[in-house]
Amino acid sequence: MSNRIIPLLTVLAALFAVWYLAAALMNASLQRDLFANNDNKSYTTGDLINSSLNMERPKLPAPHQIASELYKLVIATPPSSKRGLVFHARITLEETLIGFAIGAALGIGLAVLIVSIPLLEHSLMPWIVASQTVPIIALAPMIVVILNQFDIGGMTPKAAIAAYLSFFPITVGMTKGFRSPDPLQLDLMRTYSATSAQVLTKLRAPASLPFFFASMRIGVAAALVGAVVAEVTKSEDGGLGARLLAGSYYGQTVQIWAALFMAAALSGILVALIDGIGRLTLKRWAFLT
Amino acid sequence: MKAARDLLPPLVFGAAVLLIWEGVVRLAGVPSVILPAPSAIGERFVHSIPTLSADFLQTIRGVLAGYLIGNATGLLVAILIDRSPFLQRGLLPLGNLVSALPIIGVAPIMVMWFGFDWPSKAAVVVVMTFFPMLVNAAAGLRSAGSMERDLMRTYGAGYGQTLRKLRLPSALPFVFNALKINTTLSLIGAIVAEFFGTPTVGMGFRISTEVGHLSIDMVWATIVVAAVTGSLFYAIVALVERRATFWHASYRAK
Repeated sequence: MSNRIIPLLTVLAALFAVWYLAAALMNASLQRDLFANNDNKSYTTGDLINSSLNMERPKLPAPHQIASELYKLVIATPPSSKRGLVFHARITLEETLIGFAIGAALGIGLAVLIVSIPLLEHSLMPWIVASQTVPIIALAPMIVVILNQFDIGGMTPKAAIAAYLSFFPITVGMTKGFRSPDPLQLDLMRTYSATSAQVLTKLRAPASLPFFFASMRIGVAAALVGAVVAEVTKSEDGGLGARLLAGSYYGQTVQIWAALFMAAALSGILVALIDGIGRLTLKRWAFLT
Repeated sequence: MKAARDLLPPLVFGAAVLLIWEGVVRLAGVPSVILPAPSAIGERFVHSIPTLSADFLQTIRGVLAGYLIGNATGLLVAILIDRSPFLQRGLLPLGNLVSALPIIGVAPIMVMWFGFDWPSKAAVVVVMTFFPMLVNAAAGLRSAGSMERDLMRTYGAGYGQTLRKLRLPSALPFVFNALKINTTLSLIGAIVAEFFGTPTVGMGFRISTEVGHLSIDMVWATIVVAAVTGSLFYAIVALVERRATFWHASYRAK
């Protein structure tokens, strides 16, 4: 255990050191101008460094500034307040989960179709792949507008974009997973004269479990990216993407970084949750020993 | 002949989708603000080729610059940390974590640091493409079997020779996997970064402003450009992959 933790901590410590150095260097010129504007000519290098790391609108905020902003917005602000990050994170989380649920259902459904109907694979799969070489996110603003025309506002458009982004890795992963059983096992099912539905439920589905969790992991992360970008294009309803946009609009760098860290934490928690469930399930089914 | 047979089903499927789309829009009288017909999009496309190509040139600059720098540094760092198990154990879990994060959120920060023009888009692309390449290339460098490594040792090959003759070639399929993932990521990164500010040109800029003017056919025309660009980019990388890794099991079988 410790031979994993120590390298990780060393790298993290180095990262923090570089970050502080970069923050001091990047902000110094801004801070020098600020001192000059205030006719403060007698500042020392220590003063300069210290103030560069505590500016209100730095080019690069120092880690402790982000931490204190996060503390202020997450713990010190009541969760129901629109000014707090918990409020916005909840909106993003809901959109992500709805979108992910739709994307997972669609992805698994398509994979089942592709595995059971060979003709569909040849006609559908190239388009599914092509649909991803298209920068889907470019569609986001339009999906929002189109659904708005039908008076579908609020969360649905964003969940739709989240679903669109998350279905692809799930389709590809599950197609691979459903195909993962050995030819010998498939032959065995044939000697049992199993129907294709039986092959699916008794052999293909259980065999695909490791692929299932791997694709869920990617799918949920993709859904979160979709939700955040969709919020950027329709920021009135709040969400972490809206905070990013507002921060960039008003030059509030600390706010941007805080929203970014919140999104990262959200994604980390969702992925860890799926990993945990996956590990337990795979152990039970003896994929992991 | 075989290529034609492989191409036919998807082409028929695509043509059917376009026909149904056109038919539904015409018969149901869907207003073009919601969903323009494919023919209307085609007409718009032909009429706005100068604008579309200016947008394309603006965006592709950021995409290509970022793609090259991001992949090159990712590969380089993977090779550098390859000799140090300590750094690997420290960096790779971090790389895995970061590739699951919504990195695209750095777009507003990069626009603030590097200005509105294409360098800020390239910076977003660098950050987005770096980690997939790092993680994949590191896995690829470890993929050479112990038998082959032993063989290199019996030849008396040094670290550099083993790297050049055995481990880099055996890492190629992994590297190409990252290169393919990164084609899409880099286009997405550049377009979303343009949502946060551009000089008044670029595909992301065009999409967000034309949506505001409700000229949806122009948005679709831009999306067609983006789609073709993305598919071509991917196809070129896949073609190079086929040439470079012809010995790999996944191509040998065919």
